[in-house]
Amino acid sequence: MANENIRNFCIIAHIDHGKSTLADRILEKTYTVAERDMEEQLLDNMDIERERGITIKARAVRLTYKAEDGKEYIFNLIDTPGHVDFNYEVSRSLAACEGAILVVDASQGIEAQTLANTYLAIEHDLEVVPVVNKIDLPSADPERVCEEIESVIGIPAMDAPKISAKAGINIEQVLEKIVTDIPSPSGDPEKPLKALIFDSYYDAYKGVIIYVRVKEGTVKTGDRIKLMATGAEFDVVEAGYMDADSHINRGSLTAGEVGYISASIKSIGDTQVGDTVTLSERPCDEALPGYRKVNPMVYSGIYPADGAKYGDLRDALEKLQLNDAALSFEPETSAALGFGFRCGFLGLLHMEIIQERLEREYNLDLITTAPSVIYKVTLASGETLMIDNPTNFPDPGTIESAEEPVVNAEILAPSDFVGSIMELCQERRGTFNDMKYLDESRVALHYQLPLNEIVYDFFDALKSRTRGYASFDYEMKGYVPSKLVKLDILLNGDIVDALSFIVHADGAYSRGRKMVEKLKENIPRQLFEVPIQAAIGGKIIARETVKALRKDVLAKCYGGDITRKKKLLEKQKEGKKRMRQLGTVTVPQEAFMSVLKLDE
Amino acid sequence: MTGIYIHVPFCAKKCPYCDFFSKNYTADNEMRFVRAIVRDIENFPERITSDTIYFGGGTPSLLKAESISLMLEALKNKFDIISPEVTMEVNPSTVYRNKLELYRQAGINRLSFGVQSANDDELKLLGRLHNYEKAAAAVNEAYSCGFNNISCDIMTGLPAQTTQKLGHTIDMISDLPVTHISSYILKAEPGTPFYNEEFINTLPDDDYSAELYLFMVNKLEQKGFMQYEISNLSKKGYESRHNLKYWHCEEYIGFGPSAHSYHKGKRYFLPDSIEDFFKAPMSYKITDDAAGGYDERIMLGLRLKEGIALDDYPEKAHIISERSEKFIKAGLMTKQNNRLSLTPKGFLVSNSIISDLIL
Repeated sequence: MANENIRNFCIIAHIDHGKSTLADRILEKTYTVAERDMEEQLLDNMDIERERGITIKARAVRLTYKAEDGKEYIFNLIDTPGHVDFNYEVSRSLAACEGAILVVDASQGIEAQTLANTYLAIEHDLEVVPVVNKIDLPSADPERVCEEIESVIGIPAMDAPKISAKAGINIEQVLEKIVTDIPSPSGDPEKPLKALIFDSYYDAYKGVIIYVRVKEGTVKTGDRIKLMATGAEFDVVEAGYMDADSHINRGSLTAGEVGYISASIKSIGDTQVGDTVTLSERPCDEALPGYRKVNPMVYSGIYPADGAKYGDLRDALEKLQLNDAALSFEPETSAALGFGFRCGFLGLLHMEIIQERLEREYNLDLITTAPSVIYKVTLASGETLMIDNPTNFPDPGTIESAEEPVVNAEILAPSDFVGSIMELCQERRGTFNDMKYLDESRVALHYQLPLNEIVYDFFDALKSRTRGYASFDYEMKGYVPSKLVKLDILLNGDIVDALSFIVHADGAYSRGRKMVEKLKENIPRQLFEVPIQAAIGGKIIARETVKALRKDVLAKCYGGDITRKKKLLEKQKEGKKRMRQLGTVTVPQEAFMSVLKLDE
Repeated sequence: MTGIYIHVPFCAKKCPYCDFFSKNYTADNEMRFVRAIVRDIENFPERITSDTIYFGGGTPSLLKAESISLMLEALKNKFDIISPEVTMEVNPSTVYRNKLELYRQAGINRLSFGVQSANDDELKLLGRLHNYEKAAAAVNEAYSCGFNNISCDIMTGLPAQTTQKLGHTIDMISDLPVTHISSYILKAEPGTPFYNEEFINTLPDDDYSAELYLFMVNKLEQKGFMQYEISNLSKKGYESRHNLKYWHCEEYIGFGPSAHSYHKGKRYFLPDSIEDFFKAPMSYKITDDAAGGYDERIMLGLRLKEGIALDDYPEKAHIISERSEKFIKAGLMTKQNNRLSLTPKGFLVSNSIISDLIL
């Protein structure tokens, strides 16, 4: 197959502007999927993705299209995730393409996420093909949206296909644009192998399957390959491509192609996204640029609500890890919550997704502790500790100095929002680095921000303050000294380890206050008064009290219906079993969860 | 001995707080009802011995004395009835002197009046058909007809109820020739007209509701009505023998639609369908075929002021003793002569305490 017939592309769109629907239509039009087999949003094959409308892990699919010029073309459609937690994965997916279809809603116009990813695509030298979707809506104004694309992004858009993916209008125009506008891949099949890993997943029968874009050279069944970052070597068992629902083992992949390799790889940790695959016999000179090891940024404790499910939780985490190299976990114990795991995540969304998958796919009921970053504490003795669990934060008297991780953050936004973005960054203890005008109406703001200020809800706050137009990316910068304190929560006078967390001294008071207020709302009245206190190093900084329960009685005898009475009491007892007993205090699962979202 | 309960499923008007089964009264229905009750009594497979009969409802006092006679006759023919307490629930708006006399002649010897309140605004809110004057007159009339065992209902936890208003009700009712008080805290039950957010928002909060309850118990005890169960107080010797059977986990058999029974270790009830009931004997629905265990006896026993004797539960005594310590310390329970019982404050949170102790 000559490379001139190959088109590698992805689709960029705001969350509900119709990316998945367009992908479905393209699959349908290229007969990759028969209409009767169409399941809505075929590319997103995890339940959570479909419900949240986000794509968590990239997917790729190969399509065949017979164009108006009479020739047959190979399309490789690469799906990309859409959240800042997965920004790195997005950039690797883009690096596998020559072009990107930019889908813009005909009534809503360009939105923030689109803008951010479009710039990312332009940065990767991708040809951007604008498409205006949802033209069948009454509020659609495709002409205005085309003008907006031209003025905001600066690419020609007047001849952009105006389509309705939902109604199947003008989809052919999109397919033709892919042929005419997106360049075919370059690359020499004879050169030493150089292939980019842009995704991988664990298959129970074949081991890890890696998705690659071959940039140079050829890989065949039986070749011994080497993954350049990890140094691991494997023998290729299969090499081929994916159609909508299966892997077609063709025995080889050559420069310009997108496909999969299976090589009896046992651990997904060996196959880092962004790594370069080469041949061990005849390696390429240097790896593809842009690789970075993905490390967990946020840690939190995950515990089974029912202590007896500890083993089930461990099994579930092991299974998830096969598919998700960014997830890490190790056992930990909490006096309040019993046995559980300290888990590491890329960010808060990643954490939420893992929790949701554990609950849904593995039917587990969980209690999660507040997310924490890794702090560096130097003791008076000279010893340095890395603290990822607030419980382990040493006694303030023994601490010589404490440091917290900071990131270099870049925020792209229309210049109108500069004021509110700066305000937000200041609230989050950010240090202003610089601001650059990208053009008349757009700016790039650079801040140094403490990681623990952004792991919570920074991205949400940023979006709400910029009406969704800002994009956000960050990279780890290192550690800086910080005034850190451990905030403890006491129930009925006893510290609850699972509720402790580390916070900057300046924010400790307001945090402590909010915590006790939130807990008061979420801890039901009990037979005895329950004092809730926040304390720093033994000093109480905030207090609330859950008053004693005064009335919980079934007064009438229900005409002798004793069984009903008994059942009501049994139900009450059951409800109590689902709560945690901390000394004499009964704490519902929701109370632990409520303190994770203090700003709601 | 076994208690006998007869459910009379008719009302002139349904009260908006009540979730007991009842339908509209007609004279024809009364006849068919009595016939069906007599049928079921005659069909009962066993000759039991009983000393309490209770006509509950609904509104039993809608029935003619003649009907009551027929049912009591059937019971006497079928079972061994020994010096019985025969109670009838009475709606004050349904009785007059002559009818009360006939009830007495038929064999009723205890009346339970649904007075609820001495404040007419509260009676109106509760959808009652009587005012207080009418209720008081009915109670006095009953007394003068020879009824000397009379109970009145008092409801607490009413919207806008204050200790002052409740105090007035207690003063008025305790001045009547009354020997027993049943007192319930108003609760919006699912399926009743009161079960809507707007109404529920008008109810006093739990704290005030608790205060009203404690005020009532205290005030009634000062007037000589001693609390013997969460919701019941009486002059000495006038405890309801029938209701005590429930709390002592003794047997009772129920006749009529929706009536519950506890017999030979099983708890069961009849479906709440009048038409089916009229047509033919109905099948019971069993709710518990291994009733009367320790847990149940403790749950019921702790509703009584006398509480439970730890010696009666050798297997559980240790754990119950241990768990009850914190409640005793908090003034919710007392322990005397190896008996555990709840204080009035403890009664108010009895669900939490009982479920902690036994289940």
